[in-house]
Amino acid sequence: MIDQIKIALIGNPNTGKSTLFNALTGLNQKVGNFPGVTIDKKSGSTLIDGKNFEIIDLPGIYSLYPKSIDEAIVFDVLSDQKNISHPDLLVVVVDASNLKRNLLLFSQVADLGIPIIMALNMIDIAEKEGIEIDIDGLESKLKIPIIPINARKKVGFTNLKKQFLLAPAIINAEYRLNVMPLAPDLICRIQSELHLSNPTIAYQLAHQYENLKFVTEDQKIRVKELVRDSKFDTQKIQAQETISRYNLINELLFDTVKDRRASGSENYSNRIDRVLTHKFFGLIIFMLLLLGMFQAIYTWSAYPMDLIEELFAWLSTSLKEILPLGFLTNLLTNGIIAGLSGVIVFVPQIAILFAFIAILEDTGYMARVTFMLDKLMKKVGLNGKSVVPLIGSIACAVPAIMAARTIENWKDRIITIMVAPLISCSARLPVYTILIALVVPSKIVLGFVNLQALALMFMYLLSFAAAILAALVMKYLIKAKSRGFFIMELPVYRMPRWNNVLLTIYLRSKTFVLEAGKVIIIVSALLWLAASYGPSKKFEAIESSYQKQKASGINTENLEREMQSQKLEASYAGILGHVIEPAIRPLGFDWKIGIALITSFAAREVFVGTMATIYSVEGDANNSLKLVDKMRQAKNPITGDPVFTLAVSFSLMIFYAFAMQCMSTVAVTYRETKSLKWPIIQFVYMTGLAYVSSLLVYQLMS
Amino acid sequence: MNLAELNIGETAIIESFTDQEMSIKLLEMGCLPGQLVHVNNIAPFGDPMAITISGYKLSLRKKEAATIILKS
Repeated sequence: MIDQIKIALIGNPNTGKSTLFNALTGLNQKVGNFPGVTIDKKSGSTLIDGKNFEIIDLPGIYSLYPKSIDEAIVFDVLSDQKNISHPDLLVVVVDASNLKRNLLLFSQVADLGIPIIMALNMIDIAEKEGIEIDIDGLESKLKIPIIPINARKKVGFTNLKKQFLLAPAIINAEYRLNVMPLAPDLICRIQSELHLSNPTIAYQLAHQYENLKFVTEDQKIRVKELVRDSKFDTQKIQAQETISRYNLINELLFDTVKDRRASGSENYSNRIDRVLTHKFFGLIIFMLLLLGMFQAIYTWSAYPMDLIEELFAWLSTSLKEILPLGFLTNLLTNGIIAGLSGVIVFVPQIAILFAFIAILEDTGYMARVTFMLDKLMKKVGLNGKSVVPLIGSIACAVPAIMAARTIENWKDRIITIMVAPLISCSARLPVYTILIALVVPSKIVLGFVNLQALALMFMYLLSFAAAILAALVMKYLIKAKSRGFFIMELPVYRMPRWNNVLLTIYLRSKTFVLEAGKVIIIVSALLWLAASYGPSKKFEAIESSYQKQKASGINTENLEREMQSQKLEASYAGILGHVIEPAIRPLGFDWKIGIALITSFAAREVFVGTMATIYSVEGDANNSLKLVDKMRQAKNPITGDPVFTLAVSFSLMIFYAFAMQCMSTVAVTYRETKSLKWPIIQFVYMTGLAYVSSLLVYQLMS
Repeated sequence: MNLAELNIGETAIIESFTDQEMSIKLLEMGCLPGQLVHVNNIAPFGDPMAITISGYKLSLRKKEAATIILKS
C-alpha cells in the first residue's frame, strides 16, 4: 500500500519498546532488511479504525550517535526523507523511572522535525520508587502529546492508537536545542551546499556523514573538506551538545518531576545481584544453568526430532508411491526432501535453545553473564558480549553469528564471528554419535560414567578449547579499528514475558528454516544430481551388466544394492571422491569417506546419509544401528583390514569438529561482515586446522 | 580520586572526565558532573564494576571508570 502511514518506535534499550511493538503488531510482523544494509528491520502492521499502519521497531539506542552497526541505521532512516522506512510519526518510548537519560534521546530526535509523540512507560515502577511526574505539565512545556502506557499490561493503547490516527496533524515538539551556536559557519555551509532546510540535520551530518547511505560520495568529500576547514572537533562538540541538552532537560524537569528516591536504598534487583553475580556462587549458578540448558536441549528435543524424521520418511515414501517414477520424483524425494529433513530436524533444538536465551535475556540475567565473564573473555581477545553468541553456537553457528551484532567493538565482533563455528554445533552431533558408537565401547567407567558419553563430552570440550585458542591467535593478528568499550546497562530483574518468549521461538525458528533451508535445498539437489549421474558410458555398462546378471536369476535384492554402489563410484561425486583421495589418504580416509566429506560441505549431518548410501543401506539416520554394523564390517579391498579403526574414526571426528563444512555459516559470515575476505579466511583457517589435526591424530594413533 | 578507586558500598559525586571520547559515551549513559555515583559490586574476576547512577545500574570496566574524576 502506498499511502500506508509509517510509525517508527524509538527509545533506549529496556524501555518496553519491543513489548509495545509486539503488542501492537502481534503475529503480523516480519523481519526484513533496511534498504542497502543487512540490518534486520522489524516491522509489522496494525489496523486502527479501518486504517492500516506500518509500525517499524527501530533498534534500541541511547543516543543518535551510533556505537554499533545496528545503531547506525537509526539516524540514516530518520534524516533521509526518501528512505522507504522514513516515518510519518515517531513514537518515543520513555522509561518514566529513568526520565533524564531517556529524555536525552528524545531531545535529539525531537530536533529532526518529524512529528513526534511520547509514550511514557513504567510509570508504576517510577511511582513505587518515589518519582512523581506531572504529565500535564510536561505536555504543556513540550507541546506534544504524552501518552502514559503500561506496555506489559497493555494499558493506554487505546489513547496511543488515537494519536496514530491524528499522525500527520501532530506538530513538532517545542523545547528544542538550537545547535547553531555550536558551529554556526559550518552548519550554514552544509545547509546551503546540500540544500538542507533543517540546521540540526546539517549539524548531525558534520558528525556522521561517513556512515550515511543517502549522502553521495561527492557530498561526503565536500562535507569532509568543510569539516576540516572549520576545524570542527566532533568529540568536543558532541560533549558540549550533550551537556546543553541535559541543561535543557533539567530545566524541563525542574517543576514537573519530584524525585523522592532515598539515596542508597537497596532495591530487590541489587539484592538478587548479590547472589547471582557473587564472586563464587555467581559462577557456580551460571555453570549449573548451562548444564541444565544442555540437558534440556538434548532430552526435550529427542521426541519431536524423532517425530520429524519419521514424518519426512513417511512423506518421502508416500510421494514415491503417488508420483510417477522418474527423474523429478527422485530429485524431490531423495534430494530435496532428504536435505530439507536434515534442516528441519534441528528446529526443536534451536527452539529450545532460543527459548532459554530469550528467557535469560528477558529476565536481565544475560547482562549479568556478560558482566561476570568480561574479564575472562577479554584475555583471549573477546568481549563479555561474546558469551551469548558462543553459547548459541552449540545449537547452530548461523543465529549465533547474527547475535554477535550487539558487540560494539569491531575487532571483538570479528573474532567472535570467526571462532563461533569452531564450537561443536548440533549438526556435528549425528556424526559424533555414529562414529563413537562405532569405535567406543558402551562401557560404564568410574561407577556411573558411560564411556561413549565421555567421548562425546571430550569432543565438546575440545571444540571450546579450539575456539579460545583461535581467538587468542586472532587477538594478535587482527588490528583494532577502535577502542573497546564496556559501558553497559544492567537492567533490573523482571519476570520473563512469556508471550515474547514464544514469539522469539517462532520468529527465530522461522528465520532459521528459511535462511538455512534455501541453501540446503539447492545444495542437496545438486549433490543428489552429482551422486546419481555420471559419464553415461560407464553408467550404461554398469546397467547392462546388471541386466545380464538379473536375467541369470541371481538374488536381485543384493544385486540392486551392488549396482547402486557401483553407480555411486562411477558418478560425478564418486569421481570427485577418487580425485581427492590422495589428499585425504594421510588422514586415513578412502574415496568413500571423501564423497561424504564433499557432500558434508552442504551440511555436516549429510555425512550419515551419505555413508548410508555408500554402504548401500536402505533408510537413513533412522536405522543407524544397521549402518554402524555395515561400517564396522567395511574392509579395505586391498589389505582386508577394517576401514573404520579407532584411528580413522577419531581422525574423522576431529576433521568434522574443526572443518568449515557449512554453507549457511559461510553465507551468514559473508552477510554479517559484508566482505568476502572474512568468510574466505574462516574457511581456510578452519579447514586447514582440521586437516593438520586429523593428520596428527591419525598418524599418532595408527 | 577516580571512580576505579572507590570501594564497594561507597558513594561519591562526579566532578569531571579525563577522556573526551569516553566522556561522550558516559554522558549519554547519564553519568553527569554533579551526579551521585554508588559502587554496587565488582565482577567475580575483579573487573568490570557495577555502579548505580541516576537511578539505574551500569557496568563499566575499571579502566573506563578511571576516567571519571570524583569530588573529594
